[in-house]
Formats: sequence, structure tokens, C-alpha cells
Amino acid sequence: MGIVLLTALSVFACEPEWAALAQELGGDKVTTFAATTALQDPHQVEARPSLIARMRNADLLVCSGAELEAGWLPLLLTQSGNDRVQSGSPGYFEASQYVLKLEVPQVVDRSMGDVHPGGNPHVHTDPRNIARIASALSQRLAALDPPNAAIYAARAADFGKRWREATARWEKQAAPLKGMPVVVHHKYYSYLQNWLGMREVGTLEPRPGIPPSTAQLAGLVERMKQSPAKLILYSSYNDPRAAEFLSQRTGIPKVMLPATVGGSERAKDLFGYFDDIVARLGSPAP
Amino acid sequence: MYRLLLCAAALAAAMPARAEDTELREELKILQQRVQELESRAQQPARPQAENALNPAVSAILNGVYANLSRDPATYRLNGFVPTSGEVAPPPRGLSLGESELALAANIDPMFRGTLIAALAPDTDAIGVEEAYLQTLRLPRGFTLKAGRFFSGVGYQNQIHPHAWDFTDAPLALKAFLGGQLGEDGVQLRWLAPTDMYWDLGAELGRGRAFPAAISDSGKNGFGSTSFFTHIGGDLGTGTAWQTGLSHLRTSPHERQFDDPGSGLTNSFTGSSRLWVLDGILKWAPNRNATYRSFKLQGEYFRRSEAGDLTRDVTAPTVGGYSSRQSGGYAQAVYQFQPQWRAGYRYDRLSPGSSSFSGAITAADFPILSPYSPKRHTVMVDWSPSEFSRIRLQLARDYSRAGEPDNQVFVQYIMSLGAHGAHKF
Repeated sequence: MGIVLLTALSVFACEPEWAALAQELGGDKVTTFAATTALQDPHQVEARPSLIARMRNADLLVCSGAELEAGWLPLLLTQSGNDRVQSGSPGYFEASQYVLKLEVPQVVDRSMGDVHPGGNPHVHTDPRNIARIASALSQRLAALDPPNAAIYAARAADFGKRWREATARWEKQAAPLKGMPVVVHHKYYSYLQNWLGMREVGTLEPRPGIPPSTAQLAGLVERMKQSPAKLILYSSYNDPRAAEFLSQRTGIPKVMLPATVGGSERAKDLFGYFDDIVARLGSPAP
Repeated sequence: MYRLLLCAAALAAAMPARAEDTELREELKILQQRVQELESRAQQPARPQAENALNPAVSAILNGVYANLSRDPATYRLNGFVPTSGEVAPPPRGLSLGESELALAANIDPMFRGTLIAALAPDTDAIGVEEAYLQTLRLPRGFTLKAGRFFSGVGYQNQIHPHAWDFTDAPLALKAFLGGQLGEDGVQLRWLAPTDMYWDLGAELGRGRAFPAAISDSGKNGFGSTSFFTHIGGDLGTGTAWQTGLSHLRTSPHERQFDDPGSGLTNSFTGSSRLWVLDGILKWAPNRNATYRSFKLQGEYFRRSEAGDLTRDVTAPTVGGYSSRQSGGYAQAVYQFQPQWRAGYRYDRLSPGSSSFSGAITAADFPILSPYSPKRHTVMVDWSPSEFSRIRLQLARDYSRAGEPDNQVFVQYIMSLGAHGAHKF
């Protein structure tokens, strides 16, 4: 810690939401790079050469953790030869460590699909988690770059205030969604559902990480006839066909939600991301 | 929990001062305490707290194959090329268990990471050490040091474990020039340049424990093999990534023996062997999302020159001068056309190049080395129900043996148990 930086702190974010958050908190004191986009499945990413090259020069690594990046991050770490961002270094930041994780399995077995023993890693879909992670990340920025600590603290305070106001606004807008039964493609929005009080009554994937099959979808159509859900949720990186199939046969509206920042026109930053999610949930396309 | 706490707090605040006021406040305090307790307990990671929480990541690979071959695999040879003593023949006819792999990996301390991969051959009592190496994690300035036994960084496919190959068997070029797959005992130093474009440089010093070095101990101190490699790589557009590399391997085989099936004699070579490898790989997926569709193009070109003394029949030696310049390569393409399904084609071709014999030996003494260009066409289709299992059908027409094309059908399964392995680009 306490390296004197001649240039801006270089942040390597595994997912775009953490690049956006680091940018909010660091301003012009940081440069950010997102390894993935909202159109990519963060479970399945190639450890491609350009990512290794980017990690080589990073001062801070910000990832979701909870085994989300298990298929590619370890390789980037060993290949990058960068001692500053190895696990256990001050430059290694796992966002999911700072929040209460949902769906921590009691028993793990691969027959259940690609389950995460540490719990659901998609923690960024609840703005209250973003607030907690923001304060931890701001402290980490200050620790890595002490001369600018005051700037990071001021930015964090400003962001925190704007975020609290926005969260209150979103909660008010989304109040009618409380108790609403929904079907999801993958358990990607569990934190969002928990925040807004939506009830998950089915998933398009038979098991996490296993693509939906026609038989599974036909079964879901039958179940929806008995006890219909109000919405079908899928994310910007999912193939929309499974959601379309169910929507057409049941008449339940489907909603594409941006997976993260950059997943839709409006989701340009973290504020836009939740603005868009709340708006899309409020007026689903028929 | 928060809501509960807020309600209680609001209630307490709204209460007019009464006799039971203190009592209520006490209750609120207890409630607050319990909430805090619950929260702190919930924040505890749900991981085993016992000693074995620090166990290394364990994984195993199960691999089995059904082979239908029109030629007996015991007669397998690559005509025109010196036999390597490596495992290059096709699997036995019928059903057979392939090598099972057992892997352990963990960070040893903040400085080192260790990996052990054992190969359990089904029909011998031996457990082979495929790889066993340590790797530094915290050398400064982009340096990484590896030491132990590891797959050499020469070429592209050589470093990839067979379970992650796109075809059941190795390309002919790897069979001819690296004995199937080259594992070296030694050290590897790698440096990654601090550039936005990927660029690495590496060097290896090894014992020279396998082909193209001699398997028998040369009995000298120092290094039996030296290699150098460099790679560059980057992105093209929003869906394509590429990498290309050049490597060089130098060995000085001492009494490298080989059996010539044409003459029935055991011969040996002492001299120098120089190998150059050019490799390239390109991967594409729409928006880099490989869940639904993806494409992969891979190729390598090998060029080897050897010069030294060739001995005909080690039991009644006749020695002469020998030199050769040979080359070969392969190109393969794999297309994932829907989730879980991939199809691929591979073309292999080797060129015997030129060779010269001098002194007491002639080309006629070594029937296996008489000029011939082995080639092979391979197609495959595989199905992967999850990223941990794969079932593959592969068809090939293999012209490794001069004048004896082999029609090959393989049905293979590859299953991976345990820790989630990360795959190299």
C-alpha cells in the first residue's frame, strides 16, 4: 500500500458495473477497464490475450467474486505476472464479500447444475448492495492512493447521497411490484427480486447454467396455466427465444432487463441501469 | 431485519413517557442486540471452518474411447519420419479406458502456486507425473517463473491437456516433432510486456527427458534442451480474439534410439536437433458471448533440421553422417452451431523434406526414413451437456503409413469432476 502513483490508478473490472462504480468513486483519479460487457455471460469468458495484457498493468482488480469468474479469472491472474492484484493483495477486491449473499446452498453437487458454493454472485442487481460495496471500494481506493484519499472520501459521500435519493425514488416507483410472481431465465436477478419483493415462481433454465430444453419449457407452460406468473424476466445476454416461447404460449409479458451497465440504451451508468430496470418492470411490453 | 428495527425504533420514539417506558426501552435494546448478532452471524462466510478448508482444488478427468480402426494400431508408424518413442499410436481397437487425470492445485503461500497433475494409465501399474510445477505469483515487472515438470511452451497445442483438445488425438505434426506431447523437467521464465497489446517472451531450460532429446540419460551436467518462445495477441472488432506465436527448441540428442519396422533393427542418432514452430489461433463469438455460437481456427507449422551421426543396428554398429530438414503442420476449425453442439474439421500434412546420408550408411538402410508425406483428414462432432462433460464422435482417414490408409472411428467421452478448471485461450 501507499505506492506513489504518477498516473491515474488503473482499475481492471471483471464486470461493467464495477468499472462504472470505480469511475463514480474515482473520477479522474482512476482509469477503468471492463473485461466483459452486458452482452456476455460472465460465467463463460475466454481468458484472451488482450485481457491478460490489461491485467498486467492494473493497480486494482474489482470482481464480483463468489466463484462467478472461476472459469477465467485464475488464469488471468497467473498469466498476468502482476503482483499487485493477486488474491490477498490490497489490489484485489471482491465485491460480493461486502454484502449478505442469497441462495448460499446447504449442499453443493454438480447434478444441481453450475451452482456457486459461496451463494448467488450477481449481487449488483440490488442498489442497497451497491451502496455497501461503494463504501468498501472507496476505502480501498484511498488505501491504494493515499495522496488522493480526501478526494475519494468526498466523492464517496456525494455518490452515497445521490444513491440514497435515487434508491428511495426507485423503491417508490417499484412499490406496485411487491409480491408479483415472476419467471426468470437464469437466477440472475435474485437480489433485485429480493429488494423489490417479487416472488420467483420458475426458471427457464432447468438448472443453473444448463440451457432450457423444449420439454422443460412445455412443463413450465402447463404450470403457468395453473398458477400464472405476471412477468417473464431475461437479461441482455440471454437468448430471447426461450422467454418468447413461454410468453407466446401463456400470454405472460416478457421483459428484457439489462444485465448490467451497457445492457440497454438507458443503462449508461449505474443510475441509468436501475432507472431502466424500474421503468421496464413498470411497463412490460405485451 | 432493518424494517423490524426501524418499526421498533419508531414505536419507541412515538411512545409518550409512561411507567412501562423504561421496560420498552430495555426490550428495544435487547431487540437491537439480537438483530446485530443475527447480522454478524449472517455475514460469516458459509465455508468449512475445519482444517481441510485449506485443501487444494481437486479435480479428476475421466476419459474413455471406443475405436474402430481398419488397421492394427500396433503397426502404427509415421513413414518418412524418425519414430519418437512417444505415445503416438491410436488407442486399442474396441472399448478402452484412456488416461485418467488427477489434478491438485493451490496457492502455496503468497509467493507460490503449485500444481500436480498425475496421469493414471489404465493397463500399467504406473502413475505418471504429467505435470508437477510451482509457479511464482509475485515476481515484479511481469515476470513469472515456473519450475518442475510441465508441458513445454513450444507451439500452441503442446501446453493444452488432452481433455481440452478439440479432437480425440494429437495432430500428426505433434506426433512427429514432439513425440505427441513434450513434457520437460526444468525451469521456465516468462515476461509479459507492459503494453496494451499482448506480448510475451519466454525461455525454458530443461533436462531433455523426451523426444526430440534422447530418453536415455546423456550423463552430463547442465541442460539437455533449451527453448524460446514469444507470442502476440489482441482483439479484432467486438467478437474476435487472436494470438500468434513463434518458438524454437534446441536439443542435442545423444544415442537417441529408434526401431525401424522396415528393417527390424534398432538404430540410433547422436547430433543436434533444431525445431521452429509458428502457431496461430483465432476465436470468434458474437459479442464475445460463446453460449450460443462460436468459431475457432487453429494452426501450427513445424520445421526441424537435424544433423549428426546415424548408427545402423546398435548391436553391430555401422556409423555414418546424416542430416535432414523436415516440416509439417495442421489446420483445424471448430464451429459451435448451437448451445452444447460443436462440429470440426482438421487437416494434417507432413513433408519429408530433404535428407542426406554419408559415410558407411545409405538411405536404403533406413526404410522408415524413405521419403513419404503423411496426411490425414478428420471430422468430429461433439455434444457437451454442461461445461463438465463432453461426448464426441470423430471420423478420420489417416495416411500415416505409406500405402495403407487407416479409416478411424472414435466415440469418446471426457468428464471432469470436482474443481472448476480454467481453460487457456
